[in-house]
Amino acid sequence: MTRKQKRLAVIAGGMSFILVAVLLVMFAFSQSVAYFFMPGDLAKADIKPGTRIRLGGLVAEGSVKRGQGSTVSFTVTDGKSTVPVSYTGILPDLFREGQGVVTEGAFDAGHSFVADSVLAKHDENYMPKEVADRLKKEGVWEDGKNNTGATK
Amino acid sequence: MIVEIGHYALVLTLATALIVSILPVIGARRRDMALMALAPTGSITIFALVAISFASLTWAYVVSDFSVANVWENSHSLMPLIYKYSGVWGNHEGSMMLWLLILTLFSALVAVFGRNLPDSLRANVLAVQAWITVAFLLFILFTSNPFLRLDPAPAEGQDLNPVLQDFGLAIHPPLLYLGYVGFSVCFSFAVAALMEGRIDAAWARWVRPWTLAAWTFLTAGIAMGSYWAYYELGWGGWWFWDPVENASFMPWLAGTALLHSALVMEKREALKIWTVLLAIMTFSLSLLGTFLVRSGVLTSVHSFATDPTRGIFILTILAIFIGGAFALFAWRAPMLKAGGIFAPISREGALVLNNLILTVATATVLTGTLYPLVLETLTGEKISVGAPFFNMTFGLLMLPLLIAVPFGPMLAWKRGDLLGAFQRLWVFAALALFAGLAFFYIQHGGPVMAIFGLILGFWGMIGAFADLWYRGNFAKVGFSVGLKRIAGLPRSVFGTAIAHFGLGVTVLGIFAATTFGTETVVEMKQGQTVNAGGYTLVYDGLRDAVGPNYTEQRGHFTARVGGVAVADVWSSKRLYTARRMPTTEAGILTFGLSQLYVSLGDAIEGQSGGMVVRIWWKPFILCIWGGCLVMMLGGFVSLSDRRLRVGAPSRKAKVVRPVLEAAE
Repeated sequence: MTRKQKRLAVIAGGMSFILVAVLLVMFAFSQSVAYFFMPGDLAKADIKPGTRIRLGGLVAEGSVKRGQGSTVSFTVTDGKSTVPVSYTGILPDLFREGQGVVTEGAFDAGHSFVADSVLAKHDENYMPKEVADRLKKEGVWEDGKNNTGATK
Repeated sequence: MIVEIGHYALVLTLATALIVSILPVIGARRRDMALMALAPTGSITIFALVAISFASLTWAYVVSDFSVANVWENSHSLMPLIYKYSGVWGNHEGSMMLWLLILTLFSALVAVFGRNLPDSLRANVLAVQAWITVAFLLFILFTSNPFLRLDPAPAEGQDLNPVLQDFGLAIHPPLLYLGYVGFSVCFSFAVAALMEGRIDAAWARWVRPWTLAAWTFLTAGIAMGSYWAYYELGWGGWWFWDPVENASFMPWLAGTALLHSALVMEKREALKIWTVLLAIMTFSLSLLGTFLVRSGVLTSVHSFATDPTRGIFILTILAIFIGGAFALFAWRAPMLKAGGIFAPISREGALVLNNLILTVATATVLTGTLYPLVLETLTGEKISVGAPFFNMTFGLLMLPLLIAVPFGPMLAWKRGDLLGAFQRLWVFAALALFAGLAFFYIQHGGPVMAIFGLILGFWGMIGAFADLWYRGNFAKVGFSVGLKRIAGLPRSVFGTAIAHFGLGVTVLGIFAATTFGTETVVEMKQGQTVNAGGYTLVYDGLRDAVGPNYTEQRGHFTARVGGVAVADVWSSKRLYTARRMPTTEAGILTFGLSQLYVSLGDAIEGQSGGMVVRIWWKPFILCIWGGCLVMMLGGFVSLSDRRLRVGAPSRKAKVVRPVLEAAE
């Protein structure tokens, strides 16, 4: 091979590695990205059972029930609609009724949401950003109003 | 009074930094020694002033001066003393002060150790450092001033976020910033070189120790942060691909690439333009990380408070520095002459492969981190990109690099012999294969695919020493003569071997912990047992306890082997009284390199003493961070190499200097 051909081969090799990376990223985005929904969005969205999504909202007052072992069920609400959620595992320290939560999982065949992870913010406001933004927009929640802890 | 001195010192710093930003640059243009000499003196003064300012803020924390708003928001008189010290940077304002302190520390170090630099280069480097200092000083003074007073002063503070009340806070941020911000020196060198329009092997020799030092600290900082998250958050995970973690990981990846490309430039004068670009990119990623973490665009433990003006301010700094540096690069880079040529199969070629893979991997992490932000801004749709995405893309892309690592040092500069490298490495590969299979057989259980991961880990560990093995010619001359032979090698050769070995250890730890680990979530009553990792864990019951600024429920657990108690641990749920914030304190038992991790859940209502308990068996998990420590050790060994020792007048540099001056 001449030097020119060698250089071309090296560039082609580099380019194909980058191409593989781009394809991989696109494939991974199509496979493993979870969209965020609030209970009110679900009627419009038509999500098939088994599709992974993030469901956020407030934990409805009086809805947390402990079942067998470490299974917990509760209802996520955005003030208008509600969705029942079940979760097996240990809830985060900051999980509580009336506070914001983001759960990740999928609907089962019976339209109940089975979460495999539950997130609550590491902050005294107990309000994940995604949830706070939406609730603020819909006027259900305001900065400083529902806060239990001290804020700036 | 002391607080006012601190505030005043910060304003004086701004004035000094403005002088150092401008005059030395003019001096370097006009070859005016007096103006250029302002840079080192000025940089040391800036550091002294920032240190005074930082010390006065620390003083306010230590004496719990709640008339300072920042102290009131983030401290409490009952807080243990160590957290009063570390709490200084446990909040947005203080954390920016630490950023500034370390930035100016690096400028001062360049001023002190940079005596063998050409005067104009040193003046320009320090001026660029001063530009960054000015930008962040303005940010602190206008949007995040830690010295603002409260009137009337409250009697008691609001306490530090309980998650941050940990020894980890004392070391994680300083180490991380030493790395993150340390890359500013590489950036300044790159920008200064572009300003001068000249760059050579000597430049790479000056930049490499700074890159190496920053990289070493960043490695330690990331590992420390990962271990802290692991034991503090109580979820048993050590890496979450959280945007904030990615923010520190991306500069690490780019910095690793820079470390290797600077090597090519130093030895062979090749890859000049690429190295300069990489130096700019690495610090740009540090700045991007600062933006992601500090602006409050993300939800995380690190985003202490959200204030939109701050985000816009940092975004502006980001745009000016990154945009400016890239514009300067586009304008000046064509003037830099390309250096030595090399065959694709050569040490240079291997390092180019390393750079290709590392930068592409960085780009995928960047895409995954920024895509949700971009999508939300453009369409309003909210998505989350989690671990599966990064494992699939980053994980797969890194595999070829991990396989290739032992080959790199075996190839000669200019033109290497891949077949020869294969012939010399196959014994090491066979050993790794055997070790991986044996490991899998002994641990048993887990998917068969995991064997490849284990072999890869061992390959990295064993293959790291192939270069030393052949350089010492141990096979022919025997052990003692071989040792004597390699004793004379430069320390950087050992540094490389140690760091690559550490990488292998981390890889092995990652695969072993994910393959053979177990997780059990059970409801336990007093006296009940659970089996995990060959141990029987007994729950002995719960009791209440009171700490200095919290109350807690502590569960006691005993690990038994064959009925004999071997270790015991407390795992607790705490409630920090000032913020009414609960936390989980995991109980961790260490057995060799493996750990048993016990996390307490909620009490089960209506029954007596039943608790939900989560127990993880984490085999060889300590390899993950241990490997990072070894990498760090490799960094220090390499840094102690005489050729690179910071400040040691290197013979080569002296030879180069007159040539440079003649060219000027």
